[in-house]
Amino acid sequence: MKDLFALYAAFFRIGGLTFGGGLTMLPMLQHELVDKKHWVEEEDLLDYYAVGQCTPGIIAVNVATFVGYKKKGIPGAIFSTLGMISPSLIIVSIIALFLNEFMSNEYVAHAVAGIKVVVCALMLNTVFTMAKKTIKNYIGAIVCVLAFVVAMFTPVPTVLIVIAAGVFGILLTKIKKKEEGKK
Amino acid sequence: MVYLQLFIEFFQIGLFAIGGGPATIPFLMDIPNRYDWYEVADVANMLAVSESTPGPIGINMATYAGFNAAGFLGGIVATFSLVLPSLIVIILIAKLLDNFSKNIYVQSSFGMIRPAVTGLIATAVYGIFRTALFTDAAGEFQFPIVLVIVCMGYFALMNIKKLKKIHPAFWILCGAVMGIIFKM
Repeated sequence: MKDLFALYAAFFRIGGLTFGGGLTMLPMLQHELVDKKHWVEEEDLLDYYAVGQCTPGIIAVNVATFVGYKKKGIPGAIFSTLGMISPSLIIVSIIALFLNEFMSNEYVAHAVAGIKVVVCALMLNTVFTMAKKTIKNYIGAIVCVLAFVVAMFTPVPTVLIVIAAGVFGILLTKIKKKEEGKK
Repeated sequence: MVYLQLFIEFFQIGLFAIGGGPATIPFLMDIPNRYDWYEVADVANMLAVSESTPGPIGINMATYAGFNAAGFLGGIVATFSLVLPSLIVIILIAKLLDNFSKNIYVQSSFGMIRPAVTGLIATAVYGIFRTALFTDAAGEFQFPIVLVIVCMGYFALMNIKKLKKIHPAFWILCGAVMGIIFKM
């Protein structure tokens, strides 16, 4: 039980002190889990990250679940995940409560309008960073543009586009293998 | 039954949002088409709150969306539903597959899912642009060109090497000050 609470507390700290998720969380995880607690080795953490990136869901949460499971089985996984999401739940709920109440204030409304412009710029940044990271070849570029066009102009659900891209990736590898077999 | 609907929607997002926090945005943009929990225009607010509060962005977005839909409990339900698929999938993988991320089929499917998700996020961002920059609540144009220029300026600023390390929360604060000064 003590170990479970230690897991919860560690991930609560990580979730509550890091802004942004994914890769921005890696230094904090390293500091807390590798250097301070010696729960995992540096390479293990990078392996968990690799898995976290190719499994559904939020990357930081996936890493927390993985570390918790390796440490204390299923209860460990649950406590780590809960620790990771608790700070968000508390902080964001409080902000949401106040934001909805203060939105009628004139100054808040102006501030929010200004913030929206910045959010657009931030999101533009996200798209460009992701494009640089995820598009590795021209087929990837075509898939990206296709997904954009389909999502923009047709009512095809987002879920289907994700599944189709995954199936296409597997087919592509199979075709490549066949061709290599012929040679 | 709003909690059940929240559970179904956010469980789905958790299961199919591959590539972390930003991958949840296209799904969150889609929700207002089916439910009246929040409007497409609110997604920009949600992003601002998520970027300037601690914690993974995807989780913050889920809490905020759930809170708007059904209060504090709604936030809890949405967030739990979002992480439940991860919990199940990761436990299965940790149990069954040693080299999951090195598996050829995993690599090949994700090699194509990632660029597709980037395309999906681009679509969502276009939607955010449209609601945040071009129209107000009444659907009328508000100085779109000025705003687009300001936005592009910010984007350029953020890509200058020395300024890259500045935290998003700082830019958001700048935006708030700018909004108040210019009465945007």
